[in-house]
Amino acid sequence: MVSTTPFHPRLAELNTTQLWTHWAGYLSATQYDIAAKHEYFGVRNAVGFFDASPLYKYEITGRDAERYLGGLLARDIRTCRPGRAQYTIWCDDGGFVLEDGVVFRHSANDFLLTAAEPNLSFLQNQIGSLEVSIEDVSAAYAMLAVQGPRSRAVIAELAPEITDLGYFGHVQAKISGSEVTISRTGFTGDLGYEIRIPADDALAVLDAVMEAGKPHQMRPFGDHALNILRIEAGLPLIGVEFSSSRYAFNEHDRFTPDELGFGWLLKGIDDDTRPFAGRPAILNERATGASRWKTVGLSVDGHAFEQLFYEAGLIPPKDEPPADWETMLYDEHGERAGYATSYTYSPMLQTQVGIARVRPDLATVGTTVHVEQTVNHVYTTVPATVTRMPFFTPERKTSMS
Amino acid sequence: MTETNRYDAIIVGGGHNGLVNGAYLAKAGLKTLILEQRHLVGGAAITEELHPGFSFTTFSYALSLIRPEVIRELELTKYGFNPIYMPTSFSPMENGDYLLLGPDRDENIREIMRHSPRDADAMDRYEHDVGRVLQLMYPLFDRVPPNIFGKTPEDAQDVAWLLGHLGSAEPKVVHDAVRLITGSISDFLDDYFESEVLKGYLAASSTTGTKVGPMSAGSGFVSLMMAMGEHDGHLGSWSFHKGGNGGFTQVLGTAAQAFGAEIKLEAHVDHVITKDGQATGVVLQDGTEYYADIVVSALDPRQTFTKLVDQRELPGDLVEAIDRFQFNGTSAKVNFALDAAPKYPALGDRTDQYRGFVSIAPSIEYLERAYDAAKYGWYSERPYLDTCMQSFLDPDMAPPGKHVMSCFVQYAPYHLKGSDWDTERNNLGDTVQRTIEEFFPGFSDLVLHREVVTPLDIERVVGLSEGNIYAGDFLLPQMYFFRPAPEWSQYRTPIEGYYQCGSGTHPGGCVMGAPARLASQQILKDRAAKA
Ligand SMILES: Cc1cc2nc3c(=O)[nH]c(=O)nc-3n(C[C@H](O)[C@H](O)[C@H](O)COP(=O)(O)OP(=O)(O)OC[C@H]3O[C@@H](n4cnc5c(N)ncnc54)[C@H](O)[C@@H]3O)c2cc1C
Repeated sequence: MVSTTPFHPRLAELNTTQLWTHWAGYLSATQYDIAAKHEYFGVRNAVGFFDASPLYKYEITGRDAERYLGGLLARDIRTCRPGRAQYTIWCDDGGFVLEDGVVFRHSANDFLLTAAEPNLSFLQNQIGSLEVSIEDVSAAYAMLAVQGPRSRAVIAELAPEITDLGYFGHVQAKISGSEVTISRTGFTGDLGYEIRIPADDALAVLDAVMEAGKPHQMRPFGDHALNILRIEAGLPLIGVEFSSSRYAFNEHDRFTPDELGFGWLLKGIDDDTRPFAGRPAILNERATGASRWKTVGLSVDGHAFEQLFYEAGLIPPKDEPPADWETMLYDEHGERAGYATSYTYSPMLQTQVGIARVRPDLATVGTTVHVEQTVNHVYTTVPATVTRMPFFTPERKTSMS
Repeated sequence: MTETNRYDAIIVGGGHNGLVNGAYLAKAGLKTLILEQRHLVGGAAITEELHPGFSFTTFSYALSLIRPEVIRELELTKYGFNPIYMPTSFSPMENGDYLLLGPDRDENIREIMRHSPRDADAMDRYEHDVGRVLQLMYPLFDRVPPNIFGKTPEDAQDVAWLLGHLGSAEPKVVHDAVRLITGSISDFLDDYFESEVLKGYLAASSTTGTKVGPMSAGSGFVSLMMAMGEHDGHLGSWSFHKGGNGGFTQVLGTAAQAFGAEIKLEAHVDHVITKDGQATGVVLQDGTEYYADIVVSALDPRQTFTKLVDQRELPGDLVEAIDRFQFNGTSAKVNFALDAAPKYPALGDRTDQYRGFVSIAPSIEYLERAYDAAKYGWYSERPYLDTCMQSFLDPDMAPPGKHVMSCFVQYAPYHLKGSDWDTERNNLGDTVQRTIEEFFPGFSDLVLHREVVTPLDIERVVGLSEGNIYAGDFLLPQMYFFRPAPEWSQYRTPIEGYYQCGSGTHPGGCVMGAPARLASQQILKDRAAKA
């Protein structure tokens, strides 16, 4: 039977639509309001909160914890000081991406790794002779994401210590008597925080946050709004942009960090003192230029899109939610150019945008590719420009005040 | 003549159209100067903190018609463009009931059925039919109108295009279009609905800014114009820009400057300098002169043709047409700072009905009676109010827990019989407040501050003649290839190098940027032809 998160009693009251989805075995609100877009704008203009509890959480401790993570994670954990967090990935020996997650460093030997998929046996199998212990603490904590321009004001009301928390920093704080960890992280590409709360205290903390959020018109947001937000932020989602290479049946379903746009995580890969899983293969990929794809942003030519429909006697269906399928891309000769893994209408850009994988020769910013489109039940295409991501990245996301 | 005073193009007026025009010209590489008389840009689209902590959208208050092209071509997202979706429409009724519509079709049907089971399936038909008319009109909207009096092959081509476009539509669609364009919204709605409150809600926008009632011919046309917005991917949808329409014009100003345009504030243009039938620059009231071969008026037609230039330089027909051009402002604004959200008795402590427009227009009869007063030179005793508590959408508009409420008021005719607006200003404020009180008992106790903007104030502050919000009424004889005058609907004027780009040109008023965008295309085309 599907489980409910520690916040559920309150969220069930708030969910006026009674629409829920299942996420990692838990009930997760699809949308609380009849208009998911209202929730989306709540985040972009004020503040919203999201129940991220279903994430898996692993405590990684012990004398060799840093060495252990250094050998596992593709991003150099040594550059992550205590009180900081890192978005990271881990790869297989072939240099293909297994999964991604966020790792929090509490002290020299004390880490917490969050991931969308279960990983305990995998993580334990990598320990070897190192002195490390790994514990699954997934159910012990609830996670509350508070996101949007007013999130700082809401949280600072309860925990003033966050006022000067930098991007991807975290602190311990007390809310309603509960020991919580607050990090300046999130999945919306906006100013935002995540609070990790002992499960038993989850409701009390949520109530305090909701109370503090009232004057700021904080609203809950669900999966639909989150999906638009994260695509605008150019953030990949496992299961959508890629799946673990461990479960690929063939080469079309496994990707290297460079192919997925994760190259920036590999800073310092040339440093021989940190041999991490997949490193030789990635170095070889780079030396031989073997990458098959590049990950880019796509921004549809809105005018051409509208014309396509008007000329067909239709009203352009602009405001479409994120597509549940891959969208094919073609080059100017009609040859396969790649595919968009995520594709949605962006209320901020007022046009369709997508996260796409294209042939390396088409990855230069400004290149035109043609996006598959159905008009009057016939396949056609609409031009789009290759852009940088994120599509929307306000200064407040990383700024200090 | 100093080089620093020389530009490629000078735009008179820093309203949203002046800014859009300036941004396009600067983007095309022209050294561009925008001259604005006030201390801030935006014209009728500004936001002001008139009470500490409370931001008022003094004049215009919502965004819908802004052309998607303008947002994209001027890369407005980069400069802070930030619309906020308005998901609901709330119509209080005289008997204490209400109509609350939202973004979900099925929920709306249930809500409509409370008022009339018969109207449940009428909404889909109505929206579909109107949608098809809008679809027919879009291509006219986003193009320079054809000069049907022109003699060039290009003019002939444009006219042929228009006839071809209309001719290719289905007869029913063309017929619906003509019925809407020439008829009354009341007649049109009667074909679909019986619920008074639903008809009141749908008819309300058909009179916005124009001296017509819902039973007048021409109200159908205004309602179509108000539905032309394609904002945020939805036909006819309205939104609130972060920080109000003033927030939006600040974004436009930033964009224009980023493209290289220079904006001078407190620069009141006295007149345009001409030499041998060609514009050569402008003179400010303080005597400063700026020179350019392209001068663009972003003001209304009366100012463009009778104030900024000497009428004697213009053909008599044009001068007469501009004299006849109807302004007849009929709208006012009353803006409130509120200590708390007002309560609607039937909804108890609920406030979710305030996430969009709250429209005091409970029936067509209510609207038509409000209009009656205007016919005889007076303001409505129970006016139609299009209101919004914008702080529910953007908490930055008011301190926590408090609210701002923008009320667009009709009818308030510019020409009063037997009094004047300086005498009546406060009485109008009282009338509006009393009307709100009728629907929201206890409202007056919440009022912390009140701003009354009469048509005279609109004219004085922004310069819009007779306070007409569109820079000229939305009446058929002054639209499309007649806006602002026959033969002069293509943004040019009889004075070479002197152009018009304000709301008095096609497609007209509202914060849409379309006139300015089309004008910039015309200006650049002419410039290229000369080079
Ligand atoms: C009360 C009210 C409510 C409205 N509500 C809405 C709404 O909600 N949504 C909507 O879309 N539209 C609304 N409108 C209509 C819309 O605001 C206007 O049609 C639009 O803003 C006009 O823009 P513009 O740039 O053409 O002209 P304006 O905004 O009038 O700009 C002209 C500019 O020129 C300046 N100027 C005038 N004379 C001179 C001079 N001699 N020298 C230098 N500068 C000069 C003025 O100060 C002004 O800044 C409303 C209008 C009003 C008045």
